[in-house]
Amino acid sequence: MRDAIARYVHDGDTVVIEGFTHLICFAAGHEIIRQGRRDLVLCRLTPDLILDQLIAAGCARKLVFSWAGNPGVGSLHAFRRAVEKGTPPLEIEEYSHFGMVARFSAGAARLPFWPLRDYQGTDIPAANPLIRQVSCPYTGESLATVPALNPDVTIVHAQRADAEGNTQIWGLLGVQKEAAFASKHVIVVVEELVDTSVVRADPNRTLIPGMIVDAVVVEPWGAHPSYAQGHYDRDNDFYLSWENISREPAAVERYLDTYVMGVENRAGYLALQPELESRLAASPRICAGVSYGY
Amino acid sequence: MTAVAARELRDGEIVFVGIGLPNLACNLARATHAPGLVLIYESGAVGALPERLPVSIGDPSLVTGSLMVTGMADIFQLFLQGGRIEVGFLGGAQIDRYGNINTTVVGDYAHPRVRLPGSGGAAEIATHARRTLIISRLSTRAFPAQVDFITSPGNRSHGRTRREWGMPGAGPVKVITDRGVLEASPDDGEMELAAVYPDMTQEDVTSRVGWPLRVRENLGTVAPPTAEELRLLREVLDPGKLYLKGG
Repeated sequence: MRDAIARYVHDGDTVVIEGFTHLICFAAGHEIIRQGRRDLVLCRLTPDLILDQLIAAGCARKLVFSWAGNPGVGSLHAFRRAVEKGTPPLEIEEYSHFGMVARFSAGAARLPFWPLRDYQGTDIPAANPLIRQVSCPYTGESLATVPALNPDVTIVHAQRADAEGNTQIWGLLGVQKEAAFASKHVIVVVEELVDTSVVRADPNRTLIPGMIVDAVVVEPWGAHPSYAQGHYDRDNDFYLSWENISREPAAVERYLDTYVMGVENRAGYLALQPELESRLAASPRICAGVSYGY
Repeated sequence: MTAVAARELRDGEIVFVGIGLPNLACNLARATHAPGLVLIYESGAVGALPERLPVSIGDPSLVTGSLMVTGMADIFQLFLQGGRIEVGFLGGAQIDRYGNINTTVVGDYAHPRVRLPGSGGAAEIATHARRTLIISRLSTRAFPAQVDFITSPGNRSHGRTRREWGMPGAGPVKVITDRGVLEASPDDGEMELAAVYPDMTQEDVTSRVGWPLRVRENLGTVAPPTAEELRLLREVLDPGKLYLKGG
């Protein structure tokens, strides 16, 4: 992880850590904080706790997003302090989920923009002048447009990949495929490294092909406190506790000092929480296989 | 309020489930009169049958046993923009007389007094769902004459109707609150008081709305939640009071 972040995440870069509630790579976010990256443009549909931590740690210059809350809990208070009080200062560029998905879709397809039927009658385009309109050349209908998003690096957490980065994900898929294809570089972080024969035995489950992947990192429990379907549940207690931690800058600092700066790597983070396995490990729900024969 | 909202859903309908109380109301409807309700979540789960109350709209229990799990590009482009969603179910911090919803900021956008989460999928749900239901506790703060920011479009905004804006869906048809139910006027889309709860007067509602609320002549009474609905909500669906705080 240390090498992958050092090599592919630089000060000032546009960085995506995707995963909608599911498979959010906290391990990578924490390593970015440890390496002291600055002036990042962070893009995520739902900033979630990980970007709240990166904002609090002073890594971000700008946030590009569509829903900035603590899912199922409440607010992201570091984000709110930055936007409401300017501590630390943070530029924002705001869309809806569809708008962000469309930006990644355009970026992945190497188109300059993506049209969508959205935003009419809302104040969102007034808040974000990058949301514009185009007239359909066939029907004359006025459609909203959003510009392509092509990040410098996208980091995707997954259940498994082979050494070449052929990456398989199941459960919620979010916008990871589009974000990865849109990106100049891709880091895949996995619960489990598998032989290529495992991937080839079930190719429909591959979301991201190795040909677009620059680095594969093996980091079990790397998505904690978010979850990995089939591996571990969301640590909802931690999401609840972030409500109080994030309200107090001093408490955020204590948290980061202990769980991020105070450890060398993910193994150190996990060693501080030996009860995770017994509390959150998933019970198996195995699906029947299918025949790929012909 | 949650039980009343759940009754608005018909068995077999395809509903796009928003975060918070809509999530609970949809799961109550599925457990009572609408077992065939098709729950679609923006996270990508289609036909979800959660065995526990989802703690968020991206909960792993939405995946296990669902009919389909797909990427968010498909959810927004094929299901929502593709016109497949019959009911959109939304909450909001501020709701105005035309059912415009604000979940973005209280105060000025550039210098907000309170920064709220933003749209998520709400703007496009409000645009595309064939009809929209809104659920919110009633207060003057939550029901101003005009919202500070239009995140999700209602029946009329910036001087134009939804039809004039070219929006495909019919817009918000009802606002379900903890004191009464508002319904959109078929004439101009303005929300009118259509029914109050048995222990409430119409003043209990009109005094908590930031505009002169029109009251329908044949003002109805909301049927209170049944013992079974309350039991399901309190003992089965949300015993930890994740969503229920007096609703």
